Amino acid sequence: MISYGKHRLPGKLFVVEGTDGSGKSTQLALLHQWLKAEGYPVFFSEWNSSPLVKDTTRRAKKRRLFTPTTFSLLHATDFADRTERDIIPPLKAGAIVLADRYIYTAFARDVARGCDRAWVRDLYRFAVKPTVAFFFRAPLDVAIDRIVSGRPELKHYEAGLDMDWSDDAEESFKIFQGRILEEYDRMVSEFGLTVIDATRSIVRQQREMRRIVMRHLAGEEAVA
Amino acid sequence: MRELKFYGTPPPGVEAEDYSGKLIVIEGTDGVGRSTHTAMLRSWLEARGHAVIDTGMTRSVLAGRGLKEAKTGTTLGRLTMQLFYATDFADRLENEMLPALRAGFVVLTDRYIYSAIARAAVRGVDARWIRSVYGIALVPDLILYLRVGRAEELVSRVLAAGRKFDYWESGMDLNLGEDFYDSFVEYQARLLREFDRMAGEYGFRVVDASRPVRRVAADLRRAVARVLEAEESEGRMGDEPTVARQR
Repeated sequence: MISYGKHRLPGKLFVVEGTDGSGKSTQLALLHQWLKAEGYPVFFSEWNSSPLVKDTTRRAKKRRLFTPTTFSLLHATDFADRTERDIIPPLKAGAIVLADRYIYTAFARDVARGCDRAWVRDLYRFAVKPTVAFFFRAPLDVAIDRIVSGRPELKHYEAGLDMDWSDDAEESFKIFQGRILEEYDRMVSEFGLTVIDATRSIVRQQREMRRIVMRHLAGEEAVA
Repeated sequence: MRELKFYGTPPPGVEAEDYSGKLIVIEGTDGVGRSTHTAMLRSWLEARGHAVIDTGMTRSVLAGRGLKEAKTGTTLGRLTMQLFYATDFADRLENEMLPALRAGFVVLTDRYIYSAIARAAVRGVDARWIRSVYGIALVPDLILYLRVGRAEELVSRVLAAGRKFDYWESGMDLNLGEDFYDSFVEYQARLLREFDRMAGEYGFRVVDASRPVRRVAADLRRAVARVLEAEESEGRMGDEPTVARQR
């Protein structure tokens, strides 16, 4: 098993992170379009998408079977499958991989749920260190507004209702997101996350993102 | 009563309260007779008036079904498999084993973390990593290791049970041999070496499983009785500590 930071793969891995409603998926989709148009071989991988684990996760959410530990472990299982299947092979082949949410999502959420910080980090030690990890930082009230107004109802685990912080979904969601944001903030220096101010216009954020990505692609061959 | 003791970091939300039950682990490679002995121990314990629950790998409500389904294909990667098993384990630990131990049950588990660690080791998975993942595991009161000396012995047991060689029990994902038979023997031999290595590290109570079932069962009962009696006499000593010590 190769540990975080020790992989030597020719491809490039760009990941986006941030609280719900930070606009990170929109930004990644725009980057994806652009890289494809430029002719780069590019693959996309998103959080919670392993075909082997999907049914188990769905059932567990519906029947509310998770504890913080099993929530953490099942998401790590999902991520391991994606790493072994969707992330490492294209990186070995020299392609670009884009990931919507990465290990930092787990670190933020699981620690917010009470899991031990060191234990969760060790759990994901097999992960490939990203070329750049973008953290779309939006102040808490902005992110919460975007989610709460855009959605009819918050889901049980999404709102952190499993933690009994509050019976009110919106109140619980705010507490949960606040804790998650705190965890993200402490990871900026720990993992060298690249912070993007998510309150600026979509166009300006995308321009900054492309500038940073370009720097890492200098000298890479685009397949025209 | 005993304090909860974990190998590493306990799962969050588990209160460090005492428990009066006993956690007894039956470990050993495939085909060594673990399920037979678990069933026999269970009836013996129940006959003596103990409340027993038994559990084993892939039996969790959360991940059991998904894990079994994932194993019907051959696309399960080695890290994914380890973590799926760890999820299954954690669910049973938190929702079955710990509550039963608190309620004073004897928990018999057919395999524990050691099988998972052995399987990870023969697949070249980082030993420190897998131990850290299983740091959430409770240290058992007794680990009975059913040991056979040679992997070939397991073959006849698998055949006698009328079973075919299983893809994963034969370690077919490791490309160790020409066919299921060769692969099974090599894979099980490697597991045996890992178990032997762990025996000292984790304090296994090694039981020679090459002998007739009756004799193995007698050894297991003796070992279990000792653990249960230690508890009972501890209770007596608790009433009159000074007297007990002077004896």
